[in-house]
Amino acid sequence: MFGRRRFLEGTLGLGVAGAIGSAATACGDSKSSGPAGSGTGPWLVGAYLSLSGAQSQFGIDTKEGIELAVEELNKAGGVKSREIKVLYEDDKSKPDEANNKVLQLIDRDKVVALLGEIQSAISKAGAIVANRKKIPMITPSSTNPDVTKTGPYAFRVCFIDDFQGQMGAEFAVKALGKKKIGLLYASDDLYSSGLASEFKKAIGPLGGEIVLEKSFLKTESNFTTFLAEMKGKSPEVIYAPVYYNQMIPLARQAKAEGMPGEMFVGGDGWSDTSLFKELEGAYFTDHYAPDVPWEKSRKFVEAYKARFNRMPTSLAAMGYDAALVLADAIKRAKTDTPDGIRDAIAETKDFPGATGSITIDGERNAVKPAVIVQIKEGTTTYKSVVGPGADKLLEGGAAAPAPSAEPTASAAASASAEPAASASAVPAASASAAPAASASAAP
Amino acid sequence: MFDNLGSALLTGIAQGAMIALVALGYSMVYGILKLINFAHSEVFMMGAFVGLFALQALGGEGSPLLAGVFGTLAAMLFAGLLGTVVEKLAYAPLRARGKEASRIAPLVTALGMSVLLQNLAQLLFSARVQSYPQIIPIGETRIVIVVACFATMIGLWLLVHRTWFGKSMRALSMNVDAARLMGVRTGRVIGLTFMTGSSLAALGAVLYCLDQSPAYPTMGTVIGTRAFVAAVIGGIGSIPGAMLGGLLIGVLGELTKLTPYSKFQDVLVFAALIGVLLWRPSGLLGSTAVEKV
Repeated sequence: MFGRRRFLEGTLGLGVAGAIGSAATACGDSKSSGPAGSGTGPWLVGAYLSLSGAQSQFGIDTKEGIELAVEELNKAGGVKSREIKVLYEDDKSKPDEANNKVLQLIDRDKVVALLGEIQSAISKAGAIVANRKKIPMITPSSTNPDVTKTGPYAFRVCFIDDFQGQMGAEFAVKALGKKKIGLLYASDDLYSSGLASEFKKAIGPLGGEIVLEKSFLKTESNFTTFLAEMKGKSPEVIYAPVYYNQMIPLARQAKAEGMPGEMFVGGDGWSDTSLFKELEGAYFTDHYAPDVPWEKSRKFVEAYKARFNRMPTSLAAMGYDAALVLADAIKRAKTDTPDGIRDAIAETKDFPGATGSITIDGERNAVKPAVIVQIKEGTTTYKSVVGPGADKLLEGGAAAPAPSAEPTASAAASASAEPAASASAVPAASASAAPAASASAAP
Repeated sequence: MFDNLGSALLTGIAQGAMIALVALGYSMVYGILKLINFAHSEVFMMGAFVGLFALQALGGEGSPLLAGVFGTLAAMLFAGLLGTVVEKLAYAPLRARGKEASRIAPLVTALGMSVLLQNLAQLLFSARVQSYPQIIPIGETRIVIVVACFATMIGLWLLVHRTWFGKSMRALSMNVDAARLMGVRTGRVIGLTFMTGSSLAALGAVLYCLDQSPAYPTMGTVIGTRAFVAAVIGGIGSIPGAMLGGLLIGVLGELTKLTPYSKFQDVLVFAALIGVLLWRPSGLLGSTAVEKV
């Protein structure tokens, strides 16, 4: 029933939007903005985000990141000496609403490109429209592989979930130097089993060995038997890419079995303060941490704090990067049309963002390093960075503490260790966390 | 290997004892009304949440004994009331209509009540997983669980076999009309039965969460299905049967975790249970004789 109603609304909406659109073009360029690529006026970019509803905090963080980037760009004279103007639309944390808003942005507002969404299901809904209308779209933080598979106009500036599995393996073997590894994951959860299978694939070539692998259902909360068996095989590290809600009982039971937090490595699904006090010393892969040592991030954190009076979250950093990558593409685009911009986004290479250097691959996903953070005293601190381009990043700005440092900069960098908690308090970047309790949660 | 087996058995008994507490509620209600109370798993979940809030209000980790004992009692009291309210709202009116209401009608209101409570919990507490404070170390929690569960079961046995209330419950389960004619106030006994079953579920919920921590609105379905199956396996309507069924499911579940097929835990457990039912259709301790028409 709802399906049909929605369908009707959708077609009606399309019809109306279309009518308005054609009316607008019929009247000629009466509006100052004009259609895409008309050469004068600001670059119109549409951003559809969850500014109300369940995910509104994620949406607001992302919006602030985008705002900061756009303000900086415009202060520096805009792109191709035209300002960037972002039109924000609230999709109320719902995919069908995103569908309408994206249509509006494209047909009514004539945007040249889109930025949006955090939650993968919503990004996917938006991406389908963007592809149909041939308007390039960049999602800052949707990690589900399907989002960019919708077509050639959908991009992302974050890595996909599974990639964290490889990074976890690299970290465990190379950075920690551990070879005997135990694996625990939820087999009926796409996120968890995806990370686990990528981890398994990566661990062999690196020289590591899985001594015991145990899987369970995502509703499982009794791990004592697994942990006892694990102990018998004496692994040096246990990789447990599960969500924080499952990790809490796992961590407590591990403690009871005498396994220290340092033994555990996980993914960004752990990113929730309620877990941090249970798992002192553990490591996990994440998209970003405000205390990463490279220059670009330090500047971002400083500017963000000055502008919004709080520490940036991962989502803010990814929103910032998405806007910068888009602006960079507009600058490089051979033609000022959505297609020209699309091609330029696809050619993005080694773009220095706050979250690391970003290269867009053939699948329109970002190839970039992952940040490893360690849980310390109820918060997370930056530990290291692994993956493509990681070494270069560290050479770039980190080696010396704050090379171009005004006192404020280094203060920001060192101060960031404590308030990092506030950043991570918003559950998991990438909306991959917050599994809530229901099956609908697949990010 | 055998070290693991021993610890798995112990964990399984603790897990099973909790399942048994929930299974008792299904079994007692079915025994009297021939009704499967699907809302029971939701009462379990509500009990977990109320227990959580009570524990936090009473000081949580700071005062383990006070918080533990009174938090549990608060949850049991609340769940007992909730169970009675559910009965008065959703089942009693249908029963009053007598023959008009088919046997399927209370089943449907039970399902409706379950959905209602689950959504209410999502509304009130959000879908977020909330974790219990850890008031006692896990090793000791399990001892507490086993002791509390077996003490409760003995208490329940005494209640059913040594008190007037128990006697009227048993009378109702044999024949409601005859019991009424003999002067048993059926409405009150049914209400008390719901209250007892629901409090036991809340006790199970608090113990479960103290052991394994997470409370969330859909948690009822996870333990609820297992408990329901435990009740059927043991012989629905039979109190010792529910205990036996619960322990069996708990232990079997832990044993599958020792195999490489741990992700099929539910499949293996339920397959074994189908086997049991094929062998004894009325459950392990179910009465085979007295289905009177």
